[in-house]
Amino acid sequence: MSARMPEVVRKAAFALTASTALLLSTTACTGQAASGASDDASKEQTITFWHAWSAPNEVKAVKALVAGFEKAHPNIHVNVVGNMTDDKINQALRAGGSKAPDVISSFTTNNVGKFCSSGALIDLNPFFKKSGIDPNTTFPKAMNEYTQYQLDRCAVPLLGDAYGLYYNKTAFEKAGISSPPKTWSEFEADAKKLTIPQGDTYKQLGFMPDYHGWETTTEHYMGQFSPTYFDKSGKSTVATDPAVTDALELQKKLVDDLGGFTKLEKFRSGLGDEWGPKHPFQTGQVAMQLDGEWRLGMALATKPDFEIGVAPLPVADDQADQYGKGYITGTIAGIAATSKKQNAAWEFVKYVTTDTDAVVGFSNAIHNVPSTLDALKSPKLTYDPRFKTFLDIAANPNSTTSPASVNGGVYLTTLQQLGYDYESGRLTDLSAGLKKAAAQIDTDIAQAK
Amino acid sequence: MTTLTLRTKRRRSALRTLAFLSPWLIGFAVFFAYPMISTVYFSFMHYDGFKPPTWSGTKNWTYVFESYPFFWPALRNTLWLVVIMVTLRVLFGLGIGMLITKIKTGTGVFRTLFYLPYLAPPVAATMAFAFLLNPGTGPVNSILEKTGIPAPGWFNDPDWSKPALTLMFLWGVGDLMVIFMAALLDVPKEQYEAAELDGASAWQRFRFVTLPNISPIIMFAVVTGVIAAMQCYTQPLVAGKVASGVIQGAGTMFEPGYPEHSTLTLPQLVYNLGFQRFDYGSACVVALVLFALSMAFTALLMRRRGGLIQAGD
Repeated sequence: MSARMPEVVRKAAFALTASTALLLSTTACTGQAASGASDDASKEQTITFWHAWSAPNEVKAVKALVAGFEKAHPNIHVNVVGNMTDDKINQALRAGGSKAPDVISSFTTNNVGKFCSSGALIDLNPFFKKSGIDPNTTFPKAMNEYTQYQLDRCAVPLLGDAYGLYYNKTAFEKAGISSPPKTWSEFEADAKKLTIPQGDTYKQLGFMPDYHGWETTTEHYMGQFSPTYFDKSGKSTVATDPAVTDALELQKKLVDDLGGFTKLEKFRSGLGDEWGPKHPFQTGQVAMQLDGEWRLGMALATKPDFEIGVAPLPVADDQADQYGKGYITGTIAGIAATSKKQNAAWEFVKYVTTDTDAVVGFSNAIHNVPSTLDALKSPKLTYDPRFKTFLDIAANPNSTTSPASVNGGVYLTTLQQLGYDYESGRLTDLSAGLKKAAAQIDTDIAQAK
Repeated sequence: MTTLTLRTKRRRSALRTLAFLSPWLIGFAVFFAYPMISTVYFSFMHYDGFKPPTWSGTKNWTYVFESYPFFWPALRNTLWLVVIMVTLRVLFGLGIGMLITKIKTGTGVFRTLFYLPYLAPPVAATMAFAFLLNPGTGPVNSILEKTGIPAPGWFNDPDWSKPALTLMFLWGVGDLMVIFMAALLDVPKEQYEAAELDGASAWQRFRFVTLPNISPIIMFAVVTGVIAAMQCYTQPLVAGKVASGVIQGAGTMFEPGYPEHSTLTLPQLVYNLGFQRFDYGSACVVALVLFALSMAFTALLMRRRGGLIQAGD
């Protein structure tokens, strides 16, 4: 006795297979190009602004920012749409239409290269010129860099993030360390002093150097070494730039000196997550932390039983004169090429990104770093005295960022992959690995162009 | 006159047939034919989603197969899940189904207990498993260490991440258990009685009575399992993210299959290429590879000789 599988069922199974597999491809393959328009900004009109903020205090801050604009420009009303992810923004920039945004803001700084090169966001240089604003003297140097791609300024910084060093002052005192380290040599010595082993784990770890230690990513380490990433022709320099090698070797040395990759990873896997109250710096499990300006508020909110210190991240021993710099990134804003109200949209973008009081008010509410040089110096800024460290890092002309690329942050992913292999010991020949990474980065960029 | 009338009747009949078929035809055209043709078309185009597509020949295909570093690891992982995970799920589902049909009391309770995990949302289930299997603080490893059994790194160890995923998929085997139970209960009792009278052992009864009767259901379980494994996206992604500790919101950089690409699957690449790298052409290439693989597996399983469907079925 045998069961029967009729022909029709067999065919149905084929059709089911084909349909389900193709659903994936359907989502990947639609869209169209964009176009621009001219308009009269003095007319009564409504523009649409999409942003990604979602927390209640952030949404409230955006509302206040927009209210300030509408007060200054009574003829332009703003339809605000929050919590918009990158996918939705990209789709809207592609499709356009009456409900599409005129102005967008995104947390993904890495997408600036694609936004500019594709023309999805318009070049704002003519608008800046028309308004008599010089972006070079308005925005901090690093923020100025990450908002343009090959001289096309399709984005504007809308608050920023600066990375520095958080340290447990109480643990420092116990270990006999009087001040935060200024060079990586000092840092390494302090990290070792602060590390208290306990069996095959740690009672207290001086610093979690692993690339999965939340913000200890390759680009954040490398930012302290001022890498170039690309030459003038757009080719990757990671194989020839000593800054990249130095940063990778420093991290590897920290990993080896603080217990080795396996031990550190096992310890890390048991730690709290980055955004929760059990973050290991906040619980005292880790004495030093590379992190952004937001950590201060988050850490203070958990009322830790130690005093928190904040300082710039150390620099290479031969760059001691550049102590005070840091890695910078941040939110960007831009005008959609599909917008029919680009002049009105510019009035809005100009207000929220260059009006000192508007930027200061928004920064005070969101607790991000202001994105203009004037706002960074404004007496109206309210902050914990320790937050000043991040304001100084943002204003520091030696501070660095990762440049925009045509395919987003793919080159950073490639470098990060190399970092994972190197820290774990799977890659032993760093020079060969970097050459391979540089070739991969160039191939990926060629594919994207 | 008669010919004309006949022609008119045939035309009307054809139109009527077409009208009845139209819902399916429209659905087929919109949801199958158009995406299929578009996917093939875009796989030969350079398209970033913003500028109009331009012809690029086989560049995307060459890039995916020769230069995209994540393609081969993702393919290997996907095939691993298809072969190992689907096989184990079918065997486990069948085993549990047989056990529950055999027990005399508490059938309802056991059936509910085994079915409930299937209802757990994939993200929540994966996060719970990542917590249970955390190598540093998870209860599973605590127990293993106390009993002297070497504790694996589970989602943090490239050698154990796929077995950990498989374990999780076995936990949620309730769907297969239910259909196998229905199939097993549907096997005519007289066939077992006849086999017993002929002196067939338990294994022979299973081999020559149970298996032939439930083979269409096994076929269904395997084909749908293969398709599900090909589409496996959420669980490996969440497991990798949770285990890596890097759970970020917007602007997250793509981390391919932590640890060491071991949880990377082909659908993740479609998303990465299309929506993070803006390379829709290459994303379409990966989608077509998935399609071809699904078809190949289905054809292999359904072939008349050597497949799960035997000649005469």
